Amino acid sequence: MNHETESMNQGRRDFLGAAAGVSAAAVAPGMFLHTPVANAAARTEPVTDMHRWGLLVDTSKCADGCTACVDACDTENGLNLQSKPLGDDKLKWQNQRSTWIRKVKLQDNLTGNVTNLPLMCQHCEHPPCVDVCPTGASFKRADGIVMVDRHTCIGCRYCMMACPYKARSFIHEQVDQKLTRAPRGKGCVESCTFCVHRLDSGDISTACADACSAEGHQALVFGDLKDPTGPLRQALAKAPSRQIRQDLGLNTGVRYTGL
Amino acid sequence: MATVMMKGVLLASLVATFGMGVVAQAEEVGDYVLPSSKAASLENCVEPTEYMRRNHFELIRHQRDQTVYGGIRGSDHGISGCVSCHVGYDDKGAPVEIDGKGQFCQSCHEYAAVELNCFDCHATVPTGEAWNHEVAAAHAHLPGAAKTGPTSAER
Repeated sequence: MNHETESMNQGRRDFLGAAAGVSAAAVAPGMFLHTPVANAAARTEPVTDMHRWGLLVDTSKCADGCTACVDACDTENGLNLQSKPLGDDKLKWQNQRSTWIRKVKLQDNLTGNVTNLPLMCQHCEHPPCVDVCPTGASFKRADGIVMVDRHTCIGCRYCMMACPYKARSFIHEQVDQKLTRAPRGKGCVESCTFCVHRLDSGDISTACADACSAEGHQALVFGDLKDPTGPLRQALAKAPSRQIRQDLGLNTGVRYTGL
Repeated sequence: MATVMMKGVLLASLVATFGMGVVAQAEEVGDYVLPSSKAASLENCVEPTEYMRRNHFELIRHQRDQTVYGGIRGSDHGISGCVSCHVGYDDKGAPVEIDGKGQFCQSCHEYAAVELNCFDCHATVPTGEAWNHEVAAAHAHLPGAAKTGPTSAER
């Protein structure tokens, strides 16, 4: 693949240099760069690439047996409203119900060291799910969030096959109860959206990171990868972090420390 | 000739049946706004009523792409606005599913014989729309007011 990789640490100098070549109509691009959304109001202009949302997971703080992030995600996005189809095997349902975050436990067999981490959509810069989607339903929003346009999704599940993180789920049955902020219907694929309804309302937070903080673990930091003064970039600068399957060169928005 | 007459009779009987069906459902054709809904107390919809009757789906479909790709929520033309304003309430004040029999969306779509499949996925009662900008404003992690405490990497 011959993608031009967008550097996470894209500096002001680089940005100005690039913008000058693009268009003279871009009025003082530096002025708007890294400006935090000032007021918490619903947006009226489409999202732009001024932000790229990301998440840092500190695996050393992720507690064994804690499911606060998963539970918060379930409630926030209506995943707890799914019900087991009548007569379905319990184990089968556990595997098939839509989950946006999976708690994964890794054990180093040599040392016995155990690491816990939440694994969700990594919001790649070059998402394989988008590459393979035959209808264009799987897409990356301008602000880096990888989403599914369910109006266009035909439920072929190629993206589920393509995702190296097993982050996508398929809705097999009609869901009776839906939340206004999280529509959900039979025959579509879905995954973590970084609580996009919150972001669009001007609130930079996710349910999982909030729940983790409330639980006292502080293992999740959500923020803007393009804001060098923001909490996420500051946390990233302080400790070495990794992408899962860094070798694939996807430039994920979710990073892990302590792996 | 006989077949033509047969067809005519059949058509007439069909029209009669259809007409009766309509009378049984609504007193005034085209007026499906429920008295218990918020919409009943308003002068007209987000656009003139006649325009809405003919073009509401265009507005919703346009807004749908704005919302999905542009993140523009809370616009007048979104489907959540339709539901929250047009949903009817029962005696106990609980919202009734808008795609239910006799409810606003369903009754008109039935009359027009147009399939209504928005609500295969979308919420039929206004629930879980609580994450609006008022809630966001009251929320702890406000943008601009970023946490002053140490981040996870600092601890």
